[in-house]
Amino acid sequence: MSFRKLGLGLAAATMLAGMALPALAQDSVYVPLFTYRTGPFAGSGTHIADGMHDYLRMLNERDGGIGGVKLVLEECETGYDTKKGVECYESVKGKNPVVVNPWSTGITLPLIPRASVDKIPILSMAYGLSASARGDIFPWVFNPPATYWDGLSMIVKYIGEKEGGLDKLKGKKIGFLHLDAAFGKEPVPLLQEMAKDIGFEVALYPVAAQDMQNQGSQWLSARRDRPDYMIMWGWGSMNGAAVKEAVRSGYPMDKFYSVWWPGEDDARAGGAGAKGFKMLNWHAVGTNFPAIQDIQKHVIDKGLSKAQKDKVGELLYNRGIYNSLLIAEGIAQAQKVTGKKVVTGEDVRRGLENIKLDPARLKDLGLEGFTDQLVLSCSDHNGHRAAFMQEWDGTKWVKISNPIEPMTDRVRGQLEAAAKDYAEKNAGWPKRAEACDKAS
Amino acid sequence: MDILYKVFIEPFVFMGEAPDLLIQTLWEGLVSGVLYALIALGFVLIFKASGVFNFAQGIMVVFAALTLVGLYEKGVPAFLALILAALTMLVLAVVVERVVLRPLVNQPDIILFMATFGLTYFLIGFGELIFGGNPKEMITEALFLPQGTTELDMLGGMVRFQHLDIAAAVIASIMIGLLAVFFSKTRIGRALRAVADSHKAALSVGISLNQIWVIVWFAAGLVALVAGIMWGARSGVSFSLQIIALKALPVLILGGFTSIPGAIIGGLIIGVGEKIGEFYWGPLVGGGVETWLAYVIALLFLLYRPQGLFGEKIIERI
Amino acid sequence: MLYREAGQFKTNYIADSAIFPLRQDRIGLGLIIVAAYALAFIGNSFLLQAVMIPFLVFSLASIGLNILTGYTGLLSLGTGAFMGVGAYACYKLMTAFPEVNVIVWILLSGFFSAAIGALFGLPSLRIKGFYLAVATLAAQFFLQWCFIRIPWLVNYNVSGALDAPLRTLFGTPIMGPNATPQTRYLVVLTIVILLTWLASNLVHGRIGRMWIAIRDMDLAAELMGIRPLQTKLLAFAVSSYYCGVAGALLVFLWYGGAEYDVFNINQSFFILFMVIIGGLGSLIGSFFGAALIFILPIVLGIVLPAMLSPFGLSVGADVIEHLRFMIVGALIIFFLIVEPHGLARLWQIGKQKLLVWPFPY
Repeated sequence: MSFRKLGLGLAAATMLAGMALPALAQDSVYVPLFTYRTGPFAGSGTHIADGMHDYLRMLNERDGGIGGVKLVLEECETGYDTKKGVECYESVKGKNPVVVNPWSTGITLPLIPRASVDKIPILSMAYGLSASARGDIFPWVFNPPATYWDGLSMIVKYIGEKEGGLDKLKGKKIGFLHLDAAFGKEPVPLLQEMAKDIGFEVALYPVAAQDMQNQGSQWLSARRDRPDYMIMWGWGSMNGAAVKEAVRSGYPMDKFYSVWWPGEDDARAGGAGAKGFKMLNWHAVGTNFPAIQDIQKHVIDKGLSKAQKDKVGELLYNRGIYNSLLIAEGIAQAQKVTGKKVVTGEDVRRGLENIKLDPARLKDLGLEGFTDQLVLSCSDHNGHRAAFMQEWDGTKWVKISNPIEPMTDRVRGQLEAAAKDYAEKNAGWPKRAEACDKAS
Repeated sequence: MDILYKVFIEPFVFMGEAPDLLIQTLWEGLVSGVLYALIALGFVLIFKASGVFNFAQGIMVVFAALTLVGLYEKGVPAFLALILAALTMLVLAVVVERVVLRPLVNQPDIILFMATFGLTYFLIGFGELIFGGNPKEMITEALFLPQGTTELDMLGGMVRFQHLDIAAAVIASIMIGLLAVFFSKTRIGRALRAVADSHKAALSVGISLNQIWVIVWFAAGLVALVAGIMWGARSGVSFSLQIIALKALPVLILGGFTSIPGAIIGGLIIGVGEKIGEFYWGPLVGGGVETWLAYVIALLFLLYRPQGLFGEKIIERI
Repeated sequence: MLYREAGQFKTNYIADSAIFPLRQDRIGLGLIIVAAYALAFIGNSFLLQAVMIPFLVFSLASIGLNILTGYTGLLSLGTGAFMGVGAYACYKLMTAFPEVNVIVWILLSGFFSAAIGALFGLPSLRIKGFYLAVATLAAQFFLQWCFIRIPWLVNYNVSGALDAPLRTLFGTPIMGPNATPQTRYLVVLTIVILLTWLASNLVHGRIGRMWIAIRDMDLAAELMGIRPLQTKLLAFAVSSYYCGVAGALLVFLWYGGAEYDVFNINQSFFILFMVIIGGLGSLIGSFFGAALIFILPIVLGIVLPAMLSPFGLSVGADVIEHLRFMIVGALIIFFLIVEPHGLARLWQIGKQKLLVWPFPY
């Protein structure tokens, strides 16, 4: 079996080489960025990856890192594939990453149990396991600023307000177009529970991953059922195709709502007909912020970024910035809490629990008005922040509502049950051993 | 008995109650059937002439469409981009024949099948390297493809016909007609048919297999380009289109690997069958049956006719 | 010189029909097994967790597919789904009966996928070749749909995913987050060695010869008194058993939690690559194929940036990924052209050469 030995030898040798490669300077913090610029979901992933990278790179270029410590950035390509994602995790694990952001629910799930063992916090920003919002059960997992359940309750609340009160939804029919995977199915139980309580009807339209671009039947069914509202839980090329199909089948776009993942490209796919399409969002679009202008100055103009110039400031790019903002803030808080400069994963876990992005802090960071405030704590790893509704006016997103608070009373029940369920089913799930910091 | 009612009575009652939706469903099914048939046609062309089950047909669809859109974005005029995309497919055909097919001549089918997997991987990487992984919009307007919608009031309801879908059906029919003429009337067409019947006999009357292979791969490339334009116009050009090509496989086994009419009829049956199935029976089991219904339809047909609807009868000898 | 058969005499038929007739082979195999176990104690966690465990799991799945495709000649594209059946069955069994040791359930879960595999193997009696391959796609997509659509399979988990609870063997955790890569590796290695040994006995025995007869010409085999239906179904069942066990190992001992998505069509293709590149109808080929197809991209991912950086080319992770695809695709074609019978054939040629080395005349 000389081949096998050869393979092993090669693997071992290259691994040694690989470890030596990013010669970790003493004064640096290693931040791996899991990205997917390839594969069927690359349409969303590329812009997010650019935003994430550029913000942190800007910190490096402008301030020399965070608190005087340079950030060593390394991208690992997952292709949104669980297998490659887990491989990425294993390959960065040895380099003392301070945080990982898997950017795929499928990759997040296998990493959750490992986080507490490997002492690497997971930042799954508004995706992943909703139950991981519970810091007391999942001390190593963070999913701010809102869970999918929060998102769904906000959309239903918004629709209710438009109708003139939640009870007016009685007798209405709400369609739910979702990716037929754990991600898209997660909100279904909550939707059904609300349907029962409020008295509206739910019609589910699952879209299989391999049929993302072939949604004819779903929209035909929508024509048959005539849902009064359509809510979409989609990802990657599913979003653009859905907008197109909605336009094709003549669905009234102003009744078409989405969770926070479609980008400009997806809405543009529908052409002029897509006007009126609405989605949830929790941060601003555009470049009119000092920090983003710094990115343009220090990163884009110097050719240090892969981003196309006109994509800077678009929705998914800014989503990437938000993600990096949390990483940077986690590191900064960790430095503050521990007094160390070069922080470790354990420190950043504490740092993330101490995140307090209030308007003043955002202003300091050059992102005043970029997003609503976010405060995380020992028990709350999510924040359950409000998001606003924005509408596609044919060329850009326009904010059309005030922040909508999630229906906490409804969501909390789901969350508690799910977190308890997870811990119970994973017999031997460790009790939280990490001490809580006093709110600083 | 409730379940029996729901399975056997209710869908038909509903069909009768809302004939406009039935017609719409049939139309949608026909259009997607035509598009499946276009992809299947590429498979059939290659399988007929070289016995290769070309798994790379799906990525060829994406690659052709990407080349077209990519060139257009670089500022090349649409018609020129179209020609250049076609030329790219020709180059691809020549390279494939030279690098992949010729060294593997006389190998078992499964090896050639596997080689097309290798080709698929290579083209995925190559395509993404050049054009990037971002989904692109098909240049519908620049290619003078119609975009509007006709709404017909009929049968107490309304049926919508997308002009694009009509165009797709028309173009596909023209394409198929041209191929039929090409196969039956031209010298090369006759040579192709000779090769399909027997490689050895064809060689012995002086037909160059290598040349024929280039021609069929090029023809399959052109079919892929048309399929790519049509699918791209419907749902955008991205690498996930490649997965749709898998839908052509049940079409193939239904129609038979070697039959062009089979690919068309098979495409229509699968297209209509899965739409009707999903629309009328899907909700009974929570929807999403479309992903496997086509395969099950094809499987049932196969149990009855193992060579497909139009395939040549399989005669086995020892 | 060292590797020759001169002087090794067989005195009975049993010794003559042994799988490893050469003493050197037996010693070599023993050494490799010892080395594989030793690796658990010297390898670091990346090597064990990200390279060796998945390599062994995929080898097992390749052996499964090889039994079906290589030995019986039935092309299947449903491997991923059959792996999934094993994983879901294992999850149901071990959560329903937590008191029974999980290894028992892993080994038993294969029987569920064997049953499902045999069911979807029924059409194989009438359908052959690529037609059958496409028919097995029906299994792939139907089962995948079932995994998503039946929440009972994941015990109504909200996340809709499988997760690996803590399970122990002799008091040491072997499953769940607290199991070290070392113990996981040892468990996987032992299971894979056992099942490979079993497979080797199967394919070299009466059943294996029946399969091969069917592969070479099923009509002739039928005339010789081999019942095609039973033999083909047995091949489907045994093959699916191996895939099922591999699926359970994949989710619970490697990932430690997964969505239905890991059993998609790409997984099926992935295993098929391994079988064909490794060599159809060869057990050792399954290991070679898994090594090449799984480990090569990892190595490329590490080597490529290192190779490009001296030229001042610092390329992004995405370009590396594209190059990885291109190189793997080109290598598949290259290997097929160089040796269509797979790496196993190269291995055989190498052994032949070694027999006469250093005097090849």
